[in-house]
Amino acid sequence: MSVNAWILNIILFWPLLASLIVLLIPSRQERQIKNFSIWASLLPLALVCYLAWDYGVSHLATGGLAYQVNVMWIPQINVHFHVGADGLSLPLVFLTALLTTLSLWYSKRVIHTRIKEYFFLFLFMETGMLGVFLSLDLILFYLFWEVGLVPMYLLIGIWGGKNRLYAAVKFFLYTLTGSVFMLLAFIGLYLKTGTFDIVQLSQIHPFKDNILLGSLAFFAIFLGFTIKLPAWPFHTWLPDAHTEAPTAGSVMLAGVMLKLGAFGYLRVLLPILPQAFIKWSIVVVALGVISIVYGAFVCMAQSDLKRLIAYSSVSHMGYVLLGIGAGVAALRPGAIFSNPNSAAMALNGAALQMFNHGIITGGLFFLVGIIYERAHTRDLSLFGGLGAKTPYYYGLFMVTGLAALGLPGLAGFWSEFLVFRGAFDIVRIWAIIGVLGVILTAAYILWRIVQSVFLGEFNEERWGNRLSDVMAYEKVTMWPLILIMVFIGLYPTPVLNFLNQASLNILSMIK
Amino acid sequence: MFALNKLYLLSPEFILLVAAFFVLALDLFGKRRWQKSLPYWTLGGLALAMIASFWLLGHKEAVFGTMAADSFAYFFQLVGEVVMFMVVLAAMDYFPGRTRALGELYALLLSVTLAIVVAVSAIDLIMVYLGMEFLSITSYVLAGFVRENKRSNEAGIKYFLYGSIASAVMLYGMSLLYGLAGTTDLAVIAKTLAAGKSFPGYHWLLFPALLFLTVGFGYKASLVPFHQWAPDVYDGAPTPVSAFLSTASKAVGFALMIRVFLIALPSIQVDWVALLYALSVLTMTVGNFVALRQTSVKRLLAYSSVAQAGYIVMGLVAFNGGIRFASFDGVSGVLFYLLAYAFTNAGAFIAVAALEEHLGSSAFEDYDGLSKRSPFLAAIFFIILLSLGGVPATGGFVGKLLVFGAAIANQFYILAAIAVVNAVVAMGYYLRIVKHMFFVPATEDAEAVPVAMPTRVALIISLVGILLLGIFPGWFMHLATASGLAMVGL
Repeated sequence: MSVNAWILNIILFWPLLASLIVLLIPSRQERQIKNFSIWASLLPLALVCYLAWDYGVSHLATGGLAYQVNVMWIPQINVHFHVGADGLSLPLVFLTALLTTLSLWYSKRVIHTRIKEYFFLFLFMETGMLGVFLSLDLILFYLFWEVGLVPMYLLIGIWGGKNRLYAAVKFFLYTLTGSVFMLLAFIGLYLKTGTFDIVQLSQIHPFKDNILLGSLAFFAIFLGFTIKLPAWPFHTWLPDAHTEAPTAGSVMLAGVMLKLGAFGYLRVLLPILPQAFIKWSIVVVALGVISIVYGAFVCMAQSDLKRLIAYSSVSHMGYVLLGIGAGVAALRPGAIFSNPNSAAMALNGAALQMFNHGIITGGLFFLVGIIYERAHTRDLSLFGGLGAKTPYYYGLFMVTGLAALGLPGLAGFWSEFLVFRGAFDIVRIWAIIGVLGVILTAAYILWRIVQSVFLGEFNEERWGNRLSDVMAYEKVTMWPLILIMVFIGLYPTPVLNFLNQASLNILSMIK
Repeated sequence: MFALNKLYLLSPEFILLVAAFFVLALDLFGKRRWQKSLPYWTLGGLALAMIASFWLLGHKEAVFGTMAADSFAYFFQLVGEVVMFMVVLAAMDYFPGRTRALGELYALLLSVTLAIVVAVSAIDLIMVYLGMEFLSITSYVLAGFVRENKRSNEAGIKYFLYGSIASAVMLYGMSLLYGLAGTTDLAVIAKTLAAGKSFPGYHWLLFPALLFLTVGFGYKASLVPFHQWAPDVYDGAPTPVSAFLSTASKAVGFALMIRVFLIALPSIQVDWVALLYALSVLTMTVGNFVALRQTSVKRLLAYSSVAQAGYIVMGLVAFNGGIRFASFDGVSGVLFYLLAYAFTNAGAFIAVAALEEHLGSSAFEDYDGLSKRSPFLAAIFFIILLSLGGVPATGGFVGKLLVFGAAIANQFYILAAIAVVNAVVAMGYYLRIVKHMFFVPATEDAEAVPVAMPTRVALIISLVGILLLGIFPGWFMHLATASGLAMVGL
């Protein structure tokens, strides 16, 4: 095992270890618990920055997986502890580590009850989510997938809003329904090939001649990922869970958890079952486009700010689905398109959209949390005129909101551009319908949010001086995200280099 | 002829027998203050028996032609002994104050263990019947042990009535089988049946025999529709007793079913697979959907234990013809599942007992805010529930993985799909308990729930078992496979 492989494992398991250390600190010492958790969460962040740098220097040219560790775990059914990272997973690992640190930092000020359990669960959850991005064995993948679910369920149920009990159970059961079918398909893949190893399965392409069983396995796995993503019509758990979760919980849900599903398409579904995926790619495209448009329309009808942002995730993750679906649809036999790079472009767009959505929507949920802490309501009709009262908050919100609607110069633009640029060549009609979503996004961000919250009359009687401007710790939470949005908006090349290498790698595995 | 120098193969039985009489004698003739030491002698006896069973793993002989000294038997002996060890620990806190007959209690708990140990070794119909009856009679007494409690009395009588009918039916089935084969030795029965297929009316007698035997085993394993006793008995019996009735006693039902079906009745495997298929679907579905509507945690767990039996039967359905003990084999899946389930479900009932000791009830409302009133109990109970629901990193998950895998490997796709839907439904009601423990705040007057040391130890054993089986299942899977293999070969 090389040093860097050790570092990868430290990134993966340090949060788990830290969470256990948190358990040992007496629950009265709240400050120590909070500070320790925040400091502890910096270690994976720093290490992943190092690994990304190292990957960029020594592996990017060739692409593929690096830092692999492969140890036999359960010999009877050939399950390995197999982890590794590539250009696709490293940005997402970075995203997870960053959002965890910011969430803990933010939670330090706003969580006042059951501190020890909260910080324990949060760190524990980080290992679960990192594990999904790093594992290269289906059973290990499934283990982390489910293990990350449990702390989130508790976070929603204990620290959530009014309707938290319902939201927590709905979240858990929806995801579980998808994942048990996924598990059956994993077992099916194993019985066909004798291995759970993702790398090996990606070379074998099980069920490549048996389109019936291939499609069965495809849809079983697809269900698991699509519920998690979530795409229409499996999205109904999302608005409840996101709205009821505590702020940092929503950030992790939207920022990282939704990516698990999207990541699954690219890591598991596409490389292992490409034939079935190609056959059903139009279904994927259609679900993506429906999610984009439907999600955006539903956003327009919301009166609760947080619920609106939640639905915007359905719409924005639809871009991911469209990009992946289009990228795969390009491989259909007899597909006609003018630019051979369109497939890679669509996939790149989808992968970049995953990263961007994590940064942008994570930011939006922090901003919702900031105002909710002051107003104790999120009803859009009660606000107005905040632009003059809280200019700093207005500024932060505008940058993040504009990034979300895809303004050139900010991060969101590039991913949407690449998705549509790729998809337009491959599935033209669907792409044209999908572009409608971009317009609708602009409408709900500017009309529903900006106009009703920041413009218009300020209700002096109702609010008085309660709606103060952003405080220092909130600025610290937001600035890293804003900087990344601007940086990627101006210079997306470094991130795109990683993702492009991964996309090309996936496409080469299929051919 | 059997040589007496092979008697050491029965050492778990002897150890338990001696321990039971010793405890009884100590209670009867000993000084009053010695009574406090009774549970420790009991635990010691169980621990010795455990060591003996473990040490004898890997042997493969028949004793007196009626009892098998093979890994399969020792595996189930270990399951029973581990469960009873936990049960005795929980009983140390539960029974004082509820009954004064503590000496009899510990002696009975040891006898029940002895019954389990004897029953799972049986390779002869007479021995199967005797083992089952021995286990049943000691269990009836334990279920009704708290004489002052009406519900406990009801449980004892109900269990007795159902049990005697079920064992009568089973005995009738055995007599049919004996009539057909002319012997009670399981292995010889198989040979005679295989040879006598031309006998007219062969199937008309054999199928009823199979059906009646299934009634007997199904009753012990609480399969629907032979389960009606189970919820009332699990609910009414003293909770530590429910802990063993729903795990070790159930495991005996499965052990005997596997042994008799696989050894004596391989010639009609098609029939019993079809029968068990139906029972599996019925058991998990009925158990789960009825569990959804329960208002007490103990009763919910009772129905959940019924449903769990459905998954276990699934592994038996997926037993594929010849000896196919490759990965994802049904029988080794069943063995692993039962081991994981024993740790988990015994832990679940013991956790319920810990709360019941203080509040005298197990309604959902009593669990409100338990995570604050007793973080230890709530956290362990939570992990136990995750294991029951089959969430990874617990033994329950690996068990489910193995039986689901066996089902798919043998192309029972629909059965597997029904099972996973059931698993989701089950998670729904397990989460109801979690909701009360973690999400609903405690009422003003709710007290902290201290957990006494013996119960604490029992819960920690359960936790360690769950995590060990969940994270490092390799060795246990090897054990399960080897034990299954040993049985078929004898």
